[in-house]
Amino acid sequence: MTAEHSSLELRGITKRFGALTANDHIDLEVRAGEIHCLLGENGAGKSTLMNVLYGLYRADEGEILLDGQVQRFAGPGDAMRAGIGMVHQHFMLIPVFTVAENVLLGHERELGGLSGAKQKVREISQRFGFDIDPDARIEDLPVGVQQRVEIIKALSQDAKVLVFDEPTAVLTPQETDELMAVMQQLRGEGRAIVFITHKLREVRAIADRITVIRLGRVVGEASPQSTSTELASMMVGRPVELTVQKDQPVLTDNQLEVRGLTVLDAIGQKVVNDVSFTVQGGEVLCIAGVQGNGQTELTEAILGLQHRARGAILLNGTDLLGRSVREVLDAGVGFVPEDRKVDGLVGDFSVAENLMLDRYRGEPFSKAGTIDRGARDSFAEEKMGAFDVRAQGIETPVGTLSGGNQQKVVLARELGRPLALFVASQPTRGLDVGSIEFVHSQIIATRDAGIPVIVVSTELDEVVGLADRIAVMYRGGVVGIVPSDTSRDVLGLMMAGERPADHAEGAAA
Amino acid sequence: MTTQQPIDAHTPAPSEPAALERAVVKHWKAPISYAVITVVAAILMVGLAREGDATLRLATASDFIQLPDAVMPVRATGGVVVLLLAALTALSFWATGTARRLGAWLPIAFGVLFVVGFLVWAGAGAMIPIPGLLFATVGLSVPLIFGAMGGVISERAGVVNIAIEAQLLGGAFTGAVVASATGSTIVGVLAAMVASVLVSMVLAVFAIRYLVEQVIVGVVLNVLVAGLTNFLYSSVLTANPALNSPTRLPRIRIPGLADIPIIGPAMFNQTIIVYAMYLVVPLIAWGLFKTTWGLRLRAIGEHPLAADTVGIRVNPLRFWNVSLAGAIAGLGGAYFTLDSNGAFTREMTAGLGYIALAAVIFGQWHPIKATAAALLFGFASALQQTLGAIGSPVPSEFMLMLPYVITILAVAGFIGQSRPPAASGKAYIKQ
Repeated sequence: MTAEHSSLELRGITKRFGALTANDHIDLEVRAGEIHCLLGENGAGKSTLMNVLYGLYRADEGEILLDGQVQRFAGPGDAMRAGIGMVHQHFMLIPVFTVAENVLLGHERELGGLSGAKQKVREISQRFGFDIDPDARIEDLPVGVQQRVEIIKALSQDAKVLVFDEPTAVLTPQETDELMAVMQQLRGEGRAIVFITHKLREVRAIADRITVIRLGRVVGEASPQSTSTELASMMVGRPVELTVQKDQPVLTDNQLEVRGLTVLDAIGQKVVNDVSFTVQGGEVLCIAGVQGNGQTELTEAILGLQHRARGAILLNGTDLLGRSVREVLDAGVGFVPEDRKVDGLVGDFSVAENLMLDRYRGEPFSKAGTIDRGARDSFAEEKMGAFDVRAQGIETPVGTLSGGNQQKVVLARELGRPLALFVASQPTRGLDVGSIEFVHSQIIATRDAGIPVIVVSTELDEVVGLADRIAVMYRGGVVGIVPSDTSRDVLGLMMAGERPADHAEGAAA
Repeated sequence: MTTQQPIDAHTPAPSEPAALERAVVKHWKAPISYAVITVVAAILMVGLAREGDATLRLATASDFIQLPDAVMPVRATGGVVVLLLAALTALSFWATGTARRLGAWLPIAFGVLFVVGFLVWAGAGAMIPIPGLLFATVGLSVPLIFGAMGGVISERAGVVNIAIEAQLLGGAFTGAVVASATGSTIVGVLAAMVASVLVSMVLAVFAIRYLVEQVIVGVVLNVLVAGLTNFLYSSVLTANPALNSPTRLPRIRIPGLADIPIIGPAMFNQTIIVYAMYLVVPLIAWGLFKTTWGLRLRAIGEHPLAADTVGIRVNPLRFWNVSLAGAIAGLGGAYFTLDSNGAFTREMTAGLGYIALAAVIFGQWHPIKATAAALLFGFASALQQTLGAIGSPVPSEFMLMLPYVITILAVAGFIGQSRPPAASGKAYIKQ
């Protein structure tokens, strides 16, 4: 590339939400034909910055330059016309529309109607080797393909600057590799690419330049040759332990056995399909897999939230299936739901109230039908200390806390009573590194207390770090249960539905 | 591109369909409903069979083609109908048991058979004028259809439109007053549309700009417009009857089409508002699914943020489409005072706006299906009127319930789960 000028330049971008400064004088410069990684923790302000760039938010200070020209974006339409395309973390696709309709939307005239849009989809698909039917409905497509539709949408407007916002969060490792290849091809075409992520492995694989941001500020540039540890400590601001510390499992007699569990959804699809496994006390079984392959329904079935379920869920010999949630909780099941804001906490309730949310019946919190505030508050004070919940006090509404502190409240509640089984669904999603370390140590402590532990996670790093054994789910079924030292490649193939035995044969041949 | 890039050797496998393995889920709701109705029919038409014949008149005196009256023996017809209903019920049980899917013909055939059987039973020893029944069906459906079209557009754009009732009533009142004052019926129709647009704009401003819960705004508007028109009616119109005596729209007979047997006189000897309806419904259906307007409208009702990210200005587009919905509902309002009734009376819409809303849901937010639903409710009302006139054996209070019973059954029971536009009722807030 001959172009030495910056394709995109951000100067002193500042964005405040009330008292919070999400972006504090951020400078960023991206050249044509390079992949510039924006690395930062969850909540560091990466997405805010990109939403400013894309015209969704208006910056309080600073300017955006494209090819040296200062831009004024009143909305995403202006950004798009100026040549900025974005592949959003949460896809901006309309589920009931077809691929072509989604590409067409907003550009009806330029693309020449639906037939023009279909032509464009075919053209771009061919260029990148995508296999996409322009008439397919988005909601029928797997997420990996939906993401390609997002890429096609951006390219159909001939975007010069492409922003990928956490694009690999929903992908299998193989799909991630394919995405990287597409990004490299885009770089080869001379486009400027901003790649936002918190995954160090990906950054090191593909970045030409790396800018690290922390708490809304740029903390510096890093070289793509840096080690993961260097990048992590730069991102977090202190040395970080990347591996989970744990000893060999000491198995106990406690046992959860799931036998032939099938869960149907409202239209009769087997969202969980004949799943069987056992977890022994003292070990962690991680359930890996791409989001939406039945993990949510499986954990909900264990808790008694799924009504169309068959099979057996035996906890120390007692069948939990068909019991009410109350009975399951009383049987000693601790549960961390995957969406803590919706299912784990009541945002407007105080920390103290949330800590006893499922224990309002009987001693010690309730006496003669009224809540014993003294018992509630002393319990809350104790747990806040033990779980390092950073809040002004026990009366603070839990919705105002950070994600990490919210999750600590959930953990404190669920681990705060005698357990026979612990199920954690996506326990570290959206958390900062410090909180992730804390959550992991709590999970391992629970395991070491001799309790069977199930952890559902879509993050392969987390799965490999926590698990004693790994079950991979694909389209409702368990593809296989493998030891925790299984290679990532094999796990990736299993996440795409290939059985480990098939793979072993393939490797032997 | 002239040079095609070689496709990578390890190109991903073609995307698999996302559908999962399915278990056979048997829904016994439909066959059980059929069985219950069949039992009711048997009790009514066989157990309580009436003597004599029922005469179904198929032509009016002025018809070009004079079809003869159909004379049906009540007891025999009842028996045949009950047998056929039982057969359809058995078919439905068999299809459900063997997990087969039968088309939409079964509920339609079942419904038609039941209606025919019921008509013959209720009309024993009397004459039922079928063209009159159909004419009344069209007449009673017109405001429902316009209201439902307004509802479809508004809800597709993401704003729940409970205020259809207020739009109809406001249109009816304004249409009557302006037509009387100006002496021009067409000006009255336009004024009715403007009044409904104003009602819609209030809904839109509160729902979109001030983020008030949309159902609440709608209900408040209904109460407000009812109160306002009641007040103006008793304080102004009763004192000045000249302000409430509009010239009604003339009937225009379309030669040829009006001579079609049975349906011709009901459909093609109507006023300009009814002909406008014949145009508006297919136009909306085409517009929603084939034009840029429709694409954008549906987008802002399904996923407004996605629409915003491609440069569509969500809230202004919602505002203008809700206003357009008001203009269409206003035609339905004008129909009350400038076509069917000829003067405004207190709360003359009598809850039809809510029935129109039910038609929107029953019709799955699709203009054609919503029209069919509105026609069904119109038919139920017409049936009640006709049977009341010939002296039916069913107490008229029960017959008055019929359209509402059908509404409840239709919305709650027979229809599967219908999916509303995903963002309907949710305000879109920009940072």
